[in-house]
Amino acid sequence: MKVLGGLVRPDEGEMQFEGQPVQIDSVRRSVELGIAFIHQELNPLDNLDIAGNVFLGREPSRWGLVDRAKMRDQAAGVLDQLGLKLSPDTPLSQLSLAQRQMVEIAKAISLQAKVLIMDEPTSSLTLSETERLIQVVRELRDRGVGIVYISHRLGEVRQLADRVVALRDGQNAGELARDEIDHERMVRLMVGRDLERMTLPVDRSEKPERLRVQGLRTERYPDREVSFSVAKGEIFCLAGLVGAGRSEVVQTIFGTDPAVGGTVSLDGIPLKLGSPKVAIDAGVGLVPEDRRGTGLLVDWTIRDNITLPTLGHYAKGGLVQGRRESEAAAEQSKSIGVKAPSTAVKAANLSGGNQQKVVLGKWLLAQPKVLILDEPTRGVDVGAKAEIYEIMRRLTDQGVSILMVSSDMEEVLGVSDRVGVMHEGTLTGILSRDECTEEGIMRLAVGAVNP
Amino acid sequence: MKGLLRKETGIFVLLVVLCVAVATMNPRFLGGENLQNMARLIGMYGIFSIGLGVVIITGGIDLSVGSMFALLGVLLAMMLTEKHMSPTAAVLATLGMGTALGALHGFLITKVRLQPFIVTLCGLLFYRGIARFIANDETKGFGSAKGFEGLRDLATGTYLGLPMPFIILLLLSVVMGVVLHRSVYGRHLFAAGRNEDAARYSGINTPRTIGSAYVLSGLLAGVAAILIAFYTNSVSPSSHGNFYELYGIAAAVLGGCSLRGGEGTVVGILLGTVLLQVLQNLVNLLGIPSSLNFAVMGAVILLGVLADQLLSRRAASR
Repeated sequence: MKVLGGLVRPDEGEMQFEGQPVQIDSVRRSVELGIAFIHQELNPLDNLDIAGNVFLGREPSRWGLVDRAKMRDQAAGVLDQLGLKLSPDTPLSQLSLAQRQMVEIAKAISLQAKVLIMDEPTSSLTLSETERLIQVVRELRDRGVGIVYISHRLGEVRQLADRVVALRDGQNAGELARDEIDHERMVRLMVGRDLERMTLPVDRSEKPERLRVQGLRTERYPDREVSFSVAKGEIFCLAGLVGAGRSEVVQTIFGTDPAVGGTVSLDGIPLKLGSPKVAIDAGVGLVPEDRRGTGLLVDWTIRDNITLPTLGHYAKGGLVQGRRESEAAAEQSKSIGVKAPSTAVKAANLSGGNQQKVVLGKWLLAQPKVLILDEPTRGVDVGAKAEIYEIMRRLTDQGVSILMVSSDMEEVLGVSDRVGVMHEGTLTGILSRDECTEEGIMRLAVGAVNP
Repeated sequence: MKGLLRKETGIFVLLVVLCVAVATMNPRFLGGENLQNMARLIGMYGIFSIGLGVVIITGGIDLSVGSMFALLGVLLAMMLTEKHMSPTAAVLATLGMGTALGALHGFLITKVRLQPFIVTLCGLLFYRGIARFIANDETKGFGSAKGFEGLRDLATGTYLGLPMPFIILLLLSVVMGVVLHRSVYGRHLFAAGRNEDAARYSGINTPRTIGSAYVLSGLLAGVAAILIAFYTNSVSPSSHGNFYELYGIAAAVLGGCSLRGGEGTVVGILLGTVLLQVLQNLVNLLGIPSSLNFAVMGAVILLGVLADQLLSRRAASR
């Protein structure tokens, strides 16, 4: 897709646009043809307002100065088309991820794009936001815009697609017409084999308590308290809408966010909050939501990433012993199935799924008692997703407790032993897997308290 | 790692070409006295350039070292010649002050969260002003160094034909090389400089790690301050050490440190220092008007960085 967008040049092959063979050698050329590209990782400038972003690089101008009024009016028109109730003057930094996504779409519309390429547009959106986006995409299609929609979320593909092309390892793996599109067939094309349903069996056995969170208050919601506990070997999931304060809760437990109040204890021993180092030493690991920003040093090698939190284990007198470090990294990388020729490969050159395995690997080396996973499979392909679930199960079998934050409903319903649902900083209910339904979780997520 | 080595190869080749060119145009370049004097300067500049390199690796900058040389130099001269303190006490006091000032920078940058550029720019102005005030704007000298000849010999003496500052630099380079490239602490420095958030999420105490870089830079500046003061033998508070911070930054950047942080090697910084000194020397030996000194240096640094950019782009597109 980067080839179409003009970011990368093709090695071979040809492209036709409206029947004419074309060469797309720059982003500009691609825009001229009427191709708009919405990237998976959003890259708007959050120091500008909405209008500034929509018209970035082609600001209407008069005498060399930006014509603010005109830009504002045109942006307002596009926002209106999309049914967005936002002023074009709103700074982007005040918008949610979903709203920013809409701004990107507004930009595409104002470009009068004939073809719109969307790369994982919903990977950071919540359910209701996804619904809204899907509606907009349908409207665009009805207006004659061709849409290439790249997604790992099969549910929305089934809802949206007129035709599905599956790619596997950089090749066409097969095509499905509208009436052939179903979950099973798509998965089969993507992984090249039948996949057992992506769920883990529920574990109902009684287990001793491992992590206890009591009256925890975060900076985001300083006057709301959250209490729950996670048992040894249990997968406890925090579900809810984006902005419900789930990531803040887990980051406060891990110590990267300051705690306003409350206590956390591990096997009955109180954990001093506010320092990731202390949390790690006590046996807590966190796989953060933002893999490239906080999970990894992307331009470091797999080895250096995997051993970073535990580097002291491979050192003597403060000096790293290269051999021991490399061996440990190679072994860990192999055992979690990172697909790379060696651990000297830079993390940036790995796929999302493999990057996530590296982040997992770095915590597994620390042998945590509690592993916190924040959106563990976001932007990860189906095959790697299954592998990550397998790793999770292996860990819980060894007695590791997993505290997971997830917005992926299939994941919440499929892998958790218990689900805690959050709404605006409070825990509105805790459900066991047997009690879990999509509707039940949504009801709690929008604030209805469990009877 | 390969990329970094290539970066050093580039500057190494540039250095060799330059040396051969200067040597053919003026054979005095390879004369014993010239080499010895250059080695002495390389020793003094190299010591604080390594400190600056460490700070740059954490993504910061230290603009204050030149003024620190003036302040510490003035104080050192006064302690020795006016207060008649013992040389050991004076040296320890100087190193202690350098370290303390570095710690102050580190505190302001990591705890108060001020920008390194601003903190050390204020240091640049403040220390210069205090130096001039304390010295009453008068030059402070060491005279014949009576009673602390041994100390002066550290700056002006030689051992086995090698100038003492050069030997001190070699020792410090080995230590700093091991610390930066082999130790857990060094890895943490690079991690914090490359991506502070990711480092923090990996359990690294990033404020302490980054702050410690300024402490190290302050300590190394203290060492260099003593040597430079004795080398010039008199400290004129308004001009002593002027622009030295920029020589250090230039050496580090020429040697492959990225101002964005997370990149750089001790070997590279040393090569950068040597290159700058050869350039200085070239201006003298080739009879280029000394007023062009800075222009030559600026042009060569620009060319060096440009060549590096072109080379790495070629390598990336391959």
